[in-house]
Parts: sequence; C-alpha cells; structure tokens
Amino acid sequence: MVTTTLDARRARRIAEQVPDPELPMLTLADLGVLREVSLDSDGTVVASLTPTYSGCPAMAEMRAGVAARLKDAGYACVEIRTVLDPPWTSDWITPQGRRKLAEHGIAPPGAAPARAAGPVPLVLSPIRRSVACPRCGSADTEETSRFAATSCKALWRCLACREPFEYVKEI
Amino acid sequence: MSDDHVYMTLAEGHEDDTRWAYGTGFEDPLHGVDTAVPDGVDAGELAALCVTLADDALVSAQRLAEWTTRAPELEEEVALANIGLDLLGQARLLYSRAGQVDGTGRGEDAYAYFRDAGEFRNIRLAELPNGDFAFSIVRLLVFAAWRLAHFERLTAHRDPVLAAIAAKGVKELAYHRQYAAEWAVRLGDGTEESHRRTRRAFEQVAPYLGELFTAYDVRDEVVAVLRQVTEAAGLPMPVYRPLPGSGRTGEHTEHLAPLLAELQGVARAHPEATW
Repeated sequence: MVTTTLDARRARRIAEQVPDPELPMLTLADLGVLREVSLDSDGTVVASLTPTYSGCPAMAEMRAGVAARLKDAGYACVEIRTVLDPPWTSDWITPQGRRKLAEHGIAPPGAAPARAAGPVPLVLSPIRRSVACPRCGSADTEETSRFAATSCKALWRCLACREPFEYVKEI
Repeated sequence: MSDDHVYMTLAEGHEDDTRWAYGTGFEDPLHGVDTAVPDGVDAGELAALCVTLADDALVSAQRLAEWTTRAPELEEEVALANIGLDLLGQARLLYSRAGQVDGTGRGEDAYAYFRDAGEFRNIRLAELPNGDFAFSIVRLLVFAAWRLAHFERLTAHRDPVLAAIAAKGVKELAYHRQYAAEWAVRLGDGTEESHRRTRRAFEQVAPYLGELFTAYDVRDEVVAVLRQVTEAAGLPMPVYRPLPGSGRTGEHTEHLAPLLAELQGVARAHPEATW
C-alpha cells in the first residue's frame, strides 16, 4: 500500500513536469490542466487532463507527452482521460506559472470573471483592466487585440517602453 | 530553462515524424470521458441535438476561416481565425458525443466529411457567404448571442457530457459576442459608409432569425442583446420577416454545397489518408 502511494506520487511528479506545447516555459501542472494522477490496482497509471479552450490544438500533444514521459519512466500501462467538468479557468495557473510567464515577457491573467447563473450580461462600455508591462513594469499599457497567436492570449502594448507583449486572458 | 531546450524536450519520443505537428492522429477529443447516457435521456434526441449544434459550429468555423488573408487588419484576421478555432473545437466535441450516443460509434470525421448538404442541420444563417466585413460581423453577433444564450441553458442539460461541453463553450462564446458587438457599434456609429453597410447587414440577417428560435426559448434574451447593440450603434432594429423552410430540416441555400465541397474535398479524395 505504501509502495502504491509512493508510486502514484512519483507518477504524478513525472506527469507534472511535461511542458505545455504552446507555452513551453510552463509545465502542465503550472498551467493547471493536469487534474489527477492515480494508480489502479492493476498498476495502470491514470492521468486526467482538461483542455484550456474547446479548440485547443495542443490537447493531443499534451496527452501524447504525458503518456510518453510515464512510459519512459517505466510505467507500462498508461491511460489518459479527458475531464471537461468543471471547465478550466485561468485562475488555475499556479503562482509559479504566473511568475514564469512574466519572466518570459507574457503578462499573467488577473482573476477570472465571476459567473453568476442566468444570462451572461453584455457590457458595451470599455472594461478597464490594468495590466503591467512584463518588460518595464509600467501600468501605462493598452490592448491592441483581444485575440492573439494562441486562443488563450491577447495582444497588448506598453505606452512607456513601446514594446508589444502578450497577455494571458482571464477565462 | 531556455525555450530551445523545452522545445527539444517536447520533440522527445517523436522520432517518427508523423507524430509531431498538430492535427496528426486526430484522437477522439472526448477520449477517456465516461460515455454512458443517463437514464431517462433519449439517446436519439441527444445525438440529433449534438449534431445540430456541431453543424452550426463547423459551418461557421469554415466561413470564419475564409477571412484568413482577407480581413481588413491583421488583428481582425487573427481574431476571426481564433473564434473559428473555438467553434471548430466545440464541433469536434459535439460530433464525438453524437457518435457515442447514436449507436453508430461514428467518429467526428464521419460527420464532418462524409455527409452531404441535405444531411446537415445547421441554420442557413451560418452558411451564407461572408459578404463584406459588416455582414460577417453582424452575422457573428447574431450567431454568438444566440449560441451563448442557448449554451447557457444547456449547462443544466441532463446529459453531463453535453452540459460540460456547453459550460466550456459559454466562456468562449462570451468573448465572441463581445468582439462582434463592439465592432457592430464601431461600424454603425462610424462613417456614413460603415453605417450604411451595417444597417444593410442587419436587414440581410433578419429573415434568418426565425430558424434560431425553435428548440429552446432564448428569443427574448437574444432580441434584448440585438436591441442593446443597435441602440448603441445608432441603427434601427431589423424588421423580422421569416423565410419559409429551415436548415434544421435539411433545407439549405445554394451556398452550403460549395462550402462543403471545399471542406470535404481532400478527405473524400483520400479517405484513408493520414498526415
């Protein structure tokens, strides 16, 4: 029993270290997409992953990455499960993940909007958000596009140092 | 850890170069999800609902992708492509769910590539050609407002898989509706020319609104959003005169078949191909 627990913990540590294909400075644990790693009674490692966005093209690569790392570490039977509920939120990016994003010039997300039950209100007045430039730290920044090179990011620019930067959206 | 290094670690175990590059293998996007249909849920109805919602998303994603290299600004091209990608992801999940519950075990490709226009159940609004930027924005606004309201209700569906797909989609659709609404206001309240084109776009989508309001009663909510946007844009609310027929029963405009020919061409010419 003790061995099983230790083994499950080891499997989890291995799965946690797999890098995200699109934000490779983050591990899957930093990104908050690795939900659970457990060991079945027959020795199968079951790793549960959740997608960030429905159309995230990196999902298949994440599954393959986790399975390959665990097999390399000696786990012969690996099963990857997809978990959709509850849906991923940018709040699950760990403090370490946020620090790594900023170090790589990507502004980390603020708190995700709280979602009350019922119709989602449409707000047409500009939503003021203060995003610090990951390069110079200035708060004098503006959004240039809410969509960017990957689903999870927006494009911003700093009006102080004039550098454009990416920003992980709250969702 | 340098970026070069982490990319190298990603490529480990992918010596077989058919693996690396997104899209190879196309694993079931619901891989490992509990496939059981709860007691009391009619599997046939559930599958039909999933196909309907997936067809709307797939056809819309194809139209949005047509803007790539043609949008007025690079930022808009990236935005429209991203919105299309979200919808494509929703379509994949919904087709997979349909194949699990309709007893055929069909995968997403069977639905997307190997059905003809008459078998598609998407709304006709989704298949209309892109027109100008104003038309594409107004069409996206109507579609996203309807789909967001519909998905918000589906989060309480008795099928937990459909409810989870909807909960995920709600967050994405809120971004889509916001993008389209802001552009509709900017265009309607912009120059004389952009105002004229946006007004025309609302008139052009009006006959197709009826098809949206069938299965679930989200009509008031969608109309309220359109009223909010047209007021802010200084535009009249479109007068709604429904057209006969419905995409929901497989009656489509002449525009769907050419769209599908482009979408399905490679898969049908090389049905066993992988890349």
